[in-house]
Amino acid sequence: MARVWLFGEDVDTDQIVPGRYAPYMTSEEELPKHAFIEARPEFAREVRPGDIIVAGANFGCGSSREYAPKALKLCGIGAIIAPSFARIFFRNALNLGIPLFEADLTGVLRDGQEVTLDMERYVVVTDAGQEYPLKPPPDFVREIWEAGSTVAYFRRYGRLPGQRTGEQGGE
Amino acid sequence: MGLTLSEQIISHAAGREVHAGDLVVVPVDCAMGVDSITPSIIDVMRNELGVERVFDPDKIAIIIDHVAPAVNIATANAQAKVRRFAMEQGIRHFYDVGRGVCHQVMIEEGLAGPGQIVIGSDSHSTSYGAVGAFGCGMGATDIALAWATGHTWLKVPETICIRARGDFSAGVTAKDLTLWVEQALGADGATYRAVEYHGVDMLSLASRQTLACMTTELGAKAGIIPPSGEVAERFRVPEWLKVDPGARYERVVEVDLNSLVPLVAVSPRVDDVRPAAELGHVRVDQVFIGTCTNGRLEDLRIAARILRGRRVAPGVRMLVVPASSQVLMDAMADGTLAVLLEAGATIGTPGCGPCIGRHMGVLGDGEVVISTANRNFRGRMGSPNAEIYLGSPATAAASAVTGRITDPREFL
Repeated sequence: MARVWLFGEDVDTDQIVPGRYAPYMTSEEELPKHAFIEARPEFAREVRPGDIIVAGANFGCGSSREYAPKALKLCGIGAIIAPSFARIFFRNALNLGIPLFEADLTGVLRDGQEVTLDMERYVVVTDAGQEYPLKPPPDFVREIWEAGSTVAYFRRYGRLPGQRTGEQGGE
Repeated sequence: MGLTLSEQIISHAAGREVHAGDLVVVPVDCAMGVDSITPSIIDVMRNELGVERVFDPDKIAIIIDHVAPAVNIATANAQAKVRRFAMEQGIRHFYDVGRGVCHQVMIEEGLAGPGQIVIGSDSHSTSYGAVGAFGCGMGATDIALAWATGHTWLKVPETICIRARGDFSAGVTAKDLTLWVEQALGADGATYRAVEYHGVDMLSLASRQTLACMTTELGAKAGIIPPSGEVAERFRVPEWLKVDPGARYERVVEVDLNSLVPLVAVSPRVDDVRPAAELGHVRVDQVFIGTCTNGRLEDLRIAARILRGRRVAPGVRMLVVPASSQVLMDAMADGTLAVLLEAGATIGTPGCGPCIGRHMGVLGDGEVVISTANRNFRGRMGSPNAEIYLGSPATAAASAVTGRITDPREFL
């Protein structure tokens, strides 16, 4: 079972990891300790691998800092479910292989609730047996998740996502 | 079928006609890294991708601006790593401490041009739309892939068109227009979309940079102003890049510039926007003029116009951080700097300054700043209990004089 971490709308990258706690300012090793350090100080202590973040719209708005989703990945976050994501955050999280799903479950799931995320059927199952379907990802996104990251995808296929086999990127 | 400016630029780069929704891989004209992210870019490229050399050192720019000069040992060591990398790779477009904010330097150095695709490791890379480029912010992995391969992948965005008519009245600037648009569209109103500004041909390059920069705060992927006026005079505009009357926009927002008044975004939301005149009850501890949004000569000049012969209010500190060394020199040459100093302002090293809350003006508990920057998220400039209000350089300067948020038209 995974625990639900419930957040509101417009969770910005300064809430996920404030700029002052960037690895650039401190160290790479300390990064996971700084996830939600001010917005939700108990998060980094209590989060368990596989837990999921359920949030309102525009999750991850703000900076291009990849260390924001990286901190969540190092904390073991299994997926983030929100009605919409800021575009750079979406891209960074995808590149790091964190599954993102566009769905609004903030009204139906509780903070701290135990759920199971079924990545075969793309469905969230609650402790009471209630099921909430998620939209299956496009093929290229699923391929990145399967590879583990965009870097791993590039190493496996020798091309960038969206590049057709044999296509030399428009040149 | 007509094409938006984003569709034109991406089609040209892809070598085939593409439309909103298409997933493409394109070569980049320049890929920029800043000091705070470049150490990670180097690690991803070398350690994860296993690539030793960048694809073309002349299509890469590295700028030390986010914490410049270094504030502690960790940043000093990281900057040393970045300098060493630039030297080893033969990267000519490396700009060290004091040259300025990355987006200002990129445009001054001609590293972004009309019709180009320029990506950067800073979210405000939409700024390159000021010269008619498709400028797009990305994270360390995407920039590392671009440095290794020369390419990036893009989903061609839909476009929202902001169609302006008329002109600004005295004391109202491009920043006020961007705040009006924030209010109209919301902080996620252009997520995954491009924004085009039409009807702003009279605006200077500097004002266009303000418009393009702030599209990031709408969630936009790119923010493009069709090259004209000063931009058409200073840059070579490809013949194929022009507004296509048949282009399909997802949405068109009309705005009458004559009706705009000086506006301020209220802490902690960039889309919570009110007239400056209604916020006279808000006392400020710090005034900050600078950043990629509003740290250029025209910004310093309008502040100097208001501050000439006046003093910063007692109990208020005023920080001015020119966007680049060029801006600093120009402001020195034309006397702007002297006016600001005589009024009681202090000048910081060209770069990002206190915008990101890491140095040079971090806010304490309960403090209030009016800033010309682009973001007022809780905790961004220091204490999570500090309040950040965003406005134009004119509004910031007027507020410095009175010690409370003030409509600059009182002084013009």
